[in-house]
Amino acid sequence: MRFESPSTVAAAAALLAEPGARALAGGSDLLVQMKSGMVQPAVIVDLKRIAGLGEIRETPDAFIIGAAVPGAALREAKALRKAWPGLVDGSKLIGSTQIQGRATVAGNLCNASPAADSVPAMAACGAMAVVTGPNGSRTVPVEDIPVGPGRTSLAKGELVEAIRLPKPPPRTGSAYLRFTPRTEMDIAVASVGIALSLDADGTVTAAKVVLGAVGPKVIIPEAAARALIGTRADAAALDALAAACSAAATPIDDKRGTKEFRIRVVGVLARRAAEKAIERAKGK
Amino acid sequence: MPKDIATRTFKQVGTRPLRPDGIEKVTGRARFGADFSMPGMLTGRILRSPHAHARILKIDTSAAEALPGVKAVVTARDFPETDDGLHDIRMNVMAREKALYDGHAVAAVAAVSPAVAKEALKLIRVDYEVLPHVTDVDEAMKPSAPVLHQHIFTANESPAAKRPSNVAGKYEFGHGDPEAGFRKADHVIARSFKVEAAHQGYIEPHACVANVTADGQGDLWCCTQGHFMVRAISAGLNGMDLSKLRVTASEIGGGFGGKTTVYIEPVAVALSRKAGKPVKIVMTRDEVFRATGPTHSASIDVKIGATKDGRITGAFAELRYQGGAFPGSLADMGAMAAFACYDLENVRTIGWDVVTNRPKLAAYRAPSAPAICFAVESVIDELARTIGMDPIDFRLKNAAREGTLSSYGPTYQAIGLEATLRALKAHPHYKAPLKPGQGRGVACGFWFNFGGQTCVSLNIGLDGTVALSVGTPDIGGSRASMSLMVAEELGIPYEKVRCIIADTASLGYNDVTDGSRVTFSTGLATIQAARNAIKVMCARAAATWGIPEDAVEWVDGHARPTGPNAGNFEPLSLADIAAQSHQTGGPIAGHCEVTAEGAGVSFGAHLADVEVDRETGAVKVLRYTVAQDAGKAVHPAYVEGQYQGGAVQGIGWALNEEYIYGHDGRLQNAGFLDYRIPVCSDLPMIDTLILEIPNPGHPYGVRGVGETPIVPPMATIGNAIAAATGVRMTHAPMSPPRILKALTENQAGT
Repeated sequence: MRFESPSTVAAAAALLAEPGARALAGGSDLLVQMKSGMVQPAVIVDLKRIAGLGEIRETPDAFIIGAAVPGAALREAKALRKAWPGLVDGSKLIGSTQIQGRATVAGNLCNASPAADSVPAMAACGAMAVVTGPNGSRTVPVEDIPVGPGRTSLAKGELVEAIRLPKPPPRTGSAYLRFTPRTEMDIAVASVGIALSLDADGTVTAAKVVLGAVGPKVIIPEAAARALIGTRADAAALDALAAACSAAATPIDDKRGTKEFRIRVVGVLARRAAEKAIERAKGK
Repeated sequence: MPKDIATRTFKQVGTRPLRPDGIEKVTGRARFGADFSMPGMLTGRILRSPHAHARILKIDTSAAEALPGVKAVVTARDFPETDDGLHDIRMNVMAREKALYDGHAVAAVAAVSPAVAKEALKLIRVDYEVLPHVTDVDEAMKPSAPVLHQHIFTANESPAAKRPSNVAGKYEFGHGDPEAGFRKADHVIARSFKVEAAHQGYIEPHACVANVTADGQGDLWCCTQGHFMVRAISAGLNGMDLSKLRVTASEIGGGFGGKTTVYIEPVAVALSRKAGKPVKIVMTRDEVFRATGPTHSASIDVKIGATKDGRITGAFAELRYQGGAFPGSLADMGAMAAFACYDLENVRTIGWDVVTNRPKLAAYRAPSAPAICFAVESVIDELARTIGMDPIDFRLKNAAREGTLSSYGPTYQAIGLEATLRALKAHPHYKAPLKPGQGRGVACGFWFNFGGQTCVSLNIGLDGTVALSVGTPDIGGSRASMSLMVAEELGIPYEKVRCIIADTASLGYNDVTDGSRVTFSTGLATIQAARNAIKVMCARAAATWGIPEDAVEWVDGHARPTGPNAGNFEPLSLADIAAQSHQTGGPIAGHCEVTAEGAGVSFGAHLADVEVDRETGAVKVLRYTVAQDAGKAVHPAYVEGQYQGGAVQGIGWALNEEYIYGHDGRLQNAGFLDYRIPVCSDLPMIDTLILEIPNPGHPYGVRGVGETPIVPPMATIGNAIAAATGVRMTHAPMSPPRILKALTENQAGT
């Protein structure tokens, strides 16, 4: 096993094209998988020494989160937290304080767990992944990176070098809620990320609803967004939202929860997340 | 009862000094099982069955043995069968004809590095014939179930069992006629319950280092609750003389009963003997879950009848416990503990001991009692509600007290159940207001406690300090408690005493640290050893003064004449006598070897407030109070710690902790991510009330306190959920999916 610390994204991409190469950002998934014998990489490519990948940059119209930025840094980025609190809700639920000092949202995305906490939140906020590989760079919606449990759409040699979040329109609120049997140190049994914008009267003008842990990858039910758009998110709209989310969920029965339980709870979470997002949009 | 027990004023017992092992532990310097190493040490690893039930047709270890760096491979062939009473544990340590559960050890290797050992495991070829399996207790009792052992015929059944089955034994207790009692009742409630298996969840995985030399002498270092037990089994399985194997217990990162047996230690001894080098084995967390512990799982029927004024007229319980692949589910203990809290005219319990394709049960804090307490106390709660009586008043009206003939046979001496119930009722918690959606539950629980074989040695140093050697590993602060008792008895400062856990060569046999026995039994022996040393010191003083021995008494750390008639001499301190000991007869020591009887039974009562999220089934524990009789709290901080720790483990079991098996008979959640012990943010501060009703069987009145605290929580939480929602949960753990399902069914009126 070889350990490489390239200093450029291009060099990292070249190394990742080698057989048995794996990218290492925080390592909170990779090291666990190695320890349990699930994977035995031939080359480990550390992304933390690449200039700029450990930073959050702000441009006039976006936030760009480098692939090596740990969750703890997101919590301390005031402007980002103010713009997209839903994303911070999601990332701060991952692991413990110690884990958050290492674990990255780009890593959370590329691990492709259906239960990843930051992914529904990022997707709801309209996050794009900046993907670089041997043939150059492309930008894709984050929800298109995982394609199933543990599988991504990344080609050999490609890496997610950053997550790009657009700046939100005015009166936008976001929230992420998950259900776990424990209060922390747990993994989502069902989760919902929501971002929505209001007009001056409080009518929802735009919404994106993203479900986690109730399918092989995130589910983005259009009917759920439609249930909110054009309403003032009254009780009937929230009921319709909950019903649309429950209807769209395709969970399995497993050790973490039954299918029946997940279908019901994802609707409950959607309603609660929408209420929280609306409060935030109204600046409460 | 010792005359001074109730009136004695203690100078040191009852205070809260720092524990002697504290600094080492908080600075990370304490040495736990995996911290011990030796030069030239090999890594041992164990190959485990991936099947729940399979015949082992052939094990081919030749490729593993040929791998460079592999120094030894062992299988069941290396542990030959002899008629020594160790049959089941030998078979559990290494599978013979059949693998009986997912995780059952089938072979082991010792190699020069972890990587080589891991590689060697992959090269061992095991041919299995996969057999039908059964992991559920009710399924295992059916005549159509796959039978694990052809030699098990249900014991105590009449007529005698003619066919082998998975039902190893039937156990019955009680007196009177419950059916007649039910006829006298105004209300009779019958319910069936299921409780899933829980793991002890200790942080430290099992770990050991064995070193057997060419002359056949061996040393073994391991984390255990009883190194004399480890010696007996490890030597026995390897055909060694007891005295040839010395076992030293490391610090222990939690045991809770789970380290009162062995898994890896005899294997490490066998590997070391074969390799001629020290061998270390450290279990992974996956191995800990798949192959060690857990508790029984249970299926229980309870029926209780009472008059409308709240007197129980009849009680019946039938317990079906599975304890894994070997007999010993402790259904008998459960059947004894079922109604121990109550003073009953008509009571009967039946316990069925059942085997299934799961890892062999290990003890876990009051093993067998939490499940039956959940069932019985749930029905008691429902009866109190039906009658319209306060749940504490209902329990008080039927509570066992001094002179009660217990449901399992003995008549109680002084016990503290009523006192704990009254203390809870008087506590501000019981009257605190609740909000909508919140509920309050109460339950009481019992444990037998144990005394057992104990041997201690106390040596007076020439400088007046004292070294105490005990043979019971310290799993709950017992070195502090022992030091306090020595200091109290000798009249010297606590800091002048050092208590160590001596190895198996240095003391006579000691039973394991279990049954909440150490503060009681090792404490009793320690006090006696101190008194024996005092006798020697008084004799030395008498000789120095030239007066009779019985004219000298020991007061406040000094020998002094009993009165003016005895003579007029300056008192001699312990340090004075120690300093002169080389001239007065040599070293001064006190010993005690005893089988301690009279471990007083222990009762506790718990009170909980919960809030239930009706849309998700999530339960939040808002407030929790434990009241329990300690007899005498030697070190109150560690008594409180036991109450809190037991309550927390019980709450974890009540809400989330369970072994989940797939249709393939394999364990689905062999890790702390999906085997959910509570985290700090899941819990409120656990309040404690220590009651002290002295145990007549101990010189200071001590009762064991370690186990009773895990008994009532499951019932307490279930009763609080019922109060909050109106729905009675009968399947534990009461996890969110189960609660949401029950709430939905209740709403639908089914």
